[in-house]
Amino acid sequence: MAAAAGALRRLVRGGPQQGLGRLLQLRSGIHGSAPAAVQVTVRDALNQALDEELERDERVFLLGEEVAQYDGAYKISRGLWKKYGDKRIIDTPISEMGFTGIAVGAAMAGLRPICEFMTFNFSMQAIDQVINSAGKTLYMSAGMVSVPVVFRGPNGASAGVGAQHSQCFAAWYGHCPGLKVVSPWSSEDAKGLLKASVRDDNPVVMLENELMYGVPFEMSEEAQSKDFLVPIGKAKIERQGTHVTLVSHSRSVGHCLEAAAVLVKEGVECEVINLRTIRPMDVESIEASVMKTNHLITVEGGWPQFGVGAEICARMMEGPAFNYLDAPAVRLTGADVPMPYAKILEENCLPQVKDIIFAVKKILNI
Amino acid sequence: MSESDAFPPHLRPVPQRVLRQQQFTSLEEKPQFPGASADFVDKLDFIQPNVISGIPIYRVMDRQGQIINPDEDPQLSQEQVLKCYKTMTLLNTMDRILYESQRQGRISFYMTNYGEEGTHVGSAAALDDTDLVFGQYREAGVLMYRDYPLDLFMAQCYGNASDTGKGRQMPRDNASRAVICYFGEGAASEGDAHAGFNFAATLECPILFFCRNNGYAISTPTSEQYRGDGIAARGPGYGIMSIRVDGNDIFAVYNATREARRRAIAENQPFLVEAMTYRIGHHSTSDDSSAYRSVDEVNYWDKQDHPISRLRHHMLGRGWWDEEQEKSWRKKSRKRVMEAFEQAERKLKPSPQHLFSDVYCEMPPHLQKQQEALARHLRLYGEHYPLEHFEK
Repeated sequence: MAAAAGALRRLVRGGPQQGLGRLLQLRSGIHGSAPAAVQVTVRDALNQALDEELERDERVFLLGEEVAQYDGAYKISRGLWKKYGDKRIIDTPISEMGFTGIAVGAAMAGLRPICEFMTFNFSMQAIDQVINSAGKTLYMSAGMVSVPVVFRGPNGASAGVGAQHSQCFAAWYGHCPGLKVVSPWSSEDAKGLLKASVRDDNPVVMLENELMYGVPFEMSEEAQSKDFLVPIGKAKIERQGTHVTLVSHSRSVGHCLEAAAVLVKEGVECEVINLRTIRPMDVESIEASVMKTNHLITVEGGWPQFGVGAEICARMMEGPAFNYLDAPAVRLTGADVPMPYAKILEENCLPQVKDIIFAVKKILNI
Repeated sequence: MSESDAFPPHLRPVPQRVLRQQQFTSLEEKPQFPGASADFVDKLDFIQPNVISGIPIYRVMDRQGQIINPDEDPQLSQEQVLKCYKTMTLLNTMDRILYESQRQGRISFYMTNYGEEGTHVGSAAALDDTDLVFGQYREAGVLMYRDYPLDLFMAQCYGNASDTGKGRQMPRDNASRAVICYFGEGAASEGDAHAGFNFAATLECPILFFCRNNGYAISTPTSEQYRGDGIAARGPGYGIMSIRVDGNDIFAVYNATREARRRAIAENQPFLVEAMTYRIGHHSTSDDSSAYRSVDEVNYWDKQDHPISRLRHHMLGRGWWDEEQEKSWRKKSRKRVMEAFEQAERKLKPSPQHLFSDVYCEMPPHLQKQQEALARHLRLYGEHYPLEHFEK
């Protein structure tokens, strides 16, 4: 895990920016203060974001199961209850229907709740509240009642949690007008997107990933500042390339970068796009990339039918990028089965680095 | 310095309110379970739900409008009682006209409130102006009592340019406000009802849960909706103070709501009021209830136990009303409704620009483009569309 993380760190810093970064480091060394880039895990980045937003706006509060004294089921809210107390960090009974409704009602009444689902699988218990009560209310009230709520929690497959606890909800929530849906990969993504989501007046679904919580990323000084936001609706080019566009979100972004690192040795330069936001999707960035590379592969952990990749492919056909494709676009997705429990089966139900490499070679005919 | 101060914060004992059990010595054989405060028993006995003689129904007036126990007379002024009566009858008039208009194809859908006017007005009269109301769909009388204008009722039915959607409740930090939540006995079967009751009780909220038990959920009679003693019997299961009232007795509804409200605010706990009544009308304009109940049954309630008749008898008995006033008010209320109705029908529909708004707080680019495309299209081909019926 640490070795992979190390490779990731190098990849994130890679690209044309590296030279400039080194130059800045030397310059600051001469003037006496080094740029304070630090290693921060996704968990700590989320914790920082929560802390900063709770401090900044007294209307913000966190509710969910085990978020208070227990410090959060995945320790994302560590230390917050001690710091902010019962009125800002609220433990709830095991009723998603109940506490999600309360969060939505609080948002309608003028507060800015952050509603944590222990995993997004449990959000299905409350999906009426998320989609009907939160997503549609602004529209149904003719613009009078806004619902500034953030729903967050781990999404998608974890490790050995079985079929009922491994589903990806990107396509489900991404389907609905009225909701915004974000999906961070790195610590910078996590922190910036959570802060932006809290400050957004629309209901936002933030799909985190449990396996990413412990992964450290380098965070620039800028990213560490209290007003650092990642704009919702804008993708990030994690790696520039010329031969093929790999579009992904969440954990799969890391796999794409690993695949790119292997492929570069064979002379294939992959452009890796981190969607960051599922809805509204940054189609322009994907189009610009495809018009450059002429080849598109989408990579996601969710199921294939009606998924994120399906939407991307449809959008490519509807826009200018279609004329630039030299081959049909390819979707790499989770296998079309409920997630099995056995480890070897589970591993093979998600797109792995070798699958991405294979797909790239196939699409490029090498 | 208290015992808890001696420990650093993360090692302090759990606060007393969380434990909620009596102090027993461990030497005695008394129950120690954190989950319940009760004694042991050595006889195997199941608790029998009591549905034969259930929770009694509180009422103040008999079916002829006479006060049964003078101590329970809420002693409302003539003005207040007249307001209640006029609200119930105006609602009834509006219901008849709008139901008919749906049958004529002038509006798409309507739900009447026949038979349940007492539950709306009796409870609304017991609230303060600043209390929050969360309605289901059969609470028009509550709005009407609070002076919601006929124009806006009509606008919502017609979807014309005056339809503003439900008013936004402004957040207030006022401690002496209650919230009332209306629902039918059918809705009480939803999982949300369980969550709502449980959360209100555990979070100690000043909420009035007001159940309109009108005997039917569309075609589902109460005998198929639940097996227990109605909704009031569920309250104690959650630790909620509960009462069952005669929903067709406006004074009983008033008294129960008033007292529940006072205590909910004073004691920071929810109250459950189950108002027994009868749905005289169909579920909605999409329903024909003769398919599942007899006309005789409906007639009984219409003739023998109607909230409007009972209040009218009471008013007649006190010399606060007579046949002359009844005739003149019927004429006047019908005229008011017809005027609002005709005006609503003539009003313009909302501007086509609103087709794209309010999906998000800010209009997303793809909807903006569609809005602009429509505007361009209408500039070129507007003559082919009935734009004169719409605001610009």
